[in-house]
Amino acid sequence: MSGDPKLERIAKGNALALCATGTWTASFAPALERMVADAEKLAGSPQNIFIDVSEVAKLDTFGAWLIERLRRSLTKGEVEAQIAGLSANYSSLVDEVRRVRATPVVETSAITITGMLEQIGRAVAGVGGTFAGLIDMLGAVLAAGAHVLIHPRSFRLTSTVHHMEQVCWRAVPIIVLITFLIGCIIAQQGIFHFRRFGADIFVVDMLGVLVLREIGVLLVAIMVAGRSGSAYTAELGSMKMREEIDALRTMGFDPIEVLILPRMLALVLALPILAFLGAMAALYGGGLVAWLYGGVDPEAFLLRLRDAISIDHFIVGIVKAPVMAAVIGIVACVEGLAVQGSAESLGQHTTASVVKGIFFVIVMDGVFAIFFASIGM
Amino acid sequence: MAQDTQNAIQSPIIRVRDITVQFGSTRVLDGLNLDVKRGEILGFVGPSGAGKSVLTRTIIGLVPKVAGSIEVFGVDLDSSNTSQRRNVERRWGVLFQQGALFSSLTVRQNIQFPMREYLRVSQRLMDEITMAKLAMVGLKPEVAERFPSELSGGMIKRVALARALSLDPDLVFLDEPTSGLDPIGAGDFDELVRTLQRTLGLTVFMVTHDLDSLYTACDRIAVLGNGKIIAAGSIADMQASQHPWLRQYFHGKRARAVMS
Repeated sequence: MSGDPKLERIAKGNALALCATGTWTASFAPALERMVADAEKLAGSPQNIFIDVSEVAKLDTFGAWLIERLRRSLTKGEVEAQIAGLSANYSSLVDEVRRVRATPVVETSAITITGMLEQIGRAVAGVGGTFAGLIDMLGAVLAAGAHVLIHPRSFRLTSTVHHMEQVCWRAVPIIVLITFLIGCIIAQQGIFHFRRFGADIFVVDMLGVLVLREIGVLLVAIMVAGRSGSAYTAELGSMKMREEIDALRTMGFDPIEVLILPRMLALVLALPILAFLGAMAALYGGGLVAWLYGGVDPEAFLLRLRDAISIDHFIVGIVKAPVMAAVIGIVACVEGLAVQGSAESLGQHTTASVVKGIFFVIVMDGVFAIFFASIGM
Repeated sequence: MAQDTQNAIQSPIIRVRDITVQFGSTRVLDGLNLDVKRGEILGFVGPSGAGKSVLTRTIIGLVPKVAGSIEVFGVDLDSSNTSQRRNVERRWGVLFQQGALFSSLTVRQNIQFPMREYLRVSQRLMDEITMAKLAMVGLKPEVAERFPSELSGGMIKRVALARALSLDPDLVFLDEPTSGLDPIGAGDFDELVRTLQRTLGLTVFMVTHDLDSLYTACDRIAVLGNGKIIAAGSIADMQASQHPWLRQYFHGKRARAVMS
């Protein structure tokens, strides 16, 4: 029944017969392709050519197509190749492949200079588009917020609470742990270097100012962008892919109000809380290290801390949190709604959400630093 | 042809014996036996939630079973080694209910995916075979460069079938191939399955609820109920059956409409 496929050439008077034998199926496709390529070199010979397939034990689409390909390439001008001895079982298969037009598939063009320039141009133009998209979303969220203020019944409390749990409550352990460790590291490094000047105690000033003004909120915002921004993008993106957002729209709901507003609100409320907890954990960690490693006992630490920092430092830090949350949320939602139909697109937009989120958080932090410096806080 | 039929009776291509599948404490399949003969189109019906898809997924190894044995092409899938199993997998194709096309690949890349993995052939041959497969499932060559998200529901089913057929399998599993297609499209699809079975000598295991498919495409019908096969046979056998669900299914309003 089975057997390696062969294609033998037998001269019959002034005609040439190509006898196909054995199994002409996908499993033997590489060998078949070589044989057919060999036989195609016969094209142009003046003889009449028959392709005899009566001895073929098994034929599938691969075999049938290769025989058909051979027939086509041997048919040139006057000479016409013919398939002979086709069994009734396979005739419909051969008929099927005969209808196939061998249109060569157009490969995407190779990389060219103009192509690269075009891509750079598109990327630059895309930056403007990104800003427009963000402002568009900000406007839509504010409009939805205004609508909810006028019609408080349309506010989705359950959804907001659910998202609060996801982005705030469940984030507490990891945020506290990481900020605690960062506090420890800052204190340790501070003591290590300040000790050389005999200025150990100033580590408390450094820790207090750094943690409350900058590190606490910045670190927490970056973690939230990675943790919740990506989740928002992935959630909204897969809802977009499965037409759930279109479904909402057709039922007369505003997706911004139903999906995005609760998420934004949860994030804007969550980030100050998390930033506060993070700052406390970092101070605690720093104090612990100052005590155990630097020999600054807790009482001295607290006394020094009270002198070193004022409420201004705390306000400067915490005021940034809701703004950063809004930036992270808007970026995440814009990216989520930009997801197209494929899994790859979902991955790209989730990546973009985190990268852009973190970028804007750092840019905002810089803007705030300039602002607070100029108002003297 | 007569000899073929005899061979078919002698060697079932799928032999399922006493399989039991359980999710938690719910027993979905309970000591089920089923034979699928070589070269036939088996239509598989049963009430929603009876476990039709579970049986399909159990046979192709996506759902673990508690007890029983499954033989496909005479290979016991539990005791087979990796290469035997790969060999079996190479010889079957699966059409999932939602198509399950790879969303980040074009139609052409989707169809070529199994070829790339299993066959060492030139890109030219793969492209040509892809065009042949597209023509077979009734799609235009232009579709090849589109992404799954740019296709209609019916086109997705056709491309998924082309992918399932990409290695010229001996056996295909179709999970509700005509659901979501318009009646004309569904009729074409039945005709297509019939043609492919004739031309390629396929064995088809088709889960379906489409009465038209059962009447026009299937050689034999198996009915699942209470975790077992409650009846198997030709459409005439089904109509003659006294089982209450079968009576309702094959003598209901819709069935009468199809028959007339």
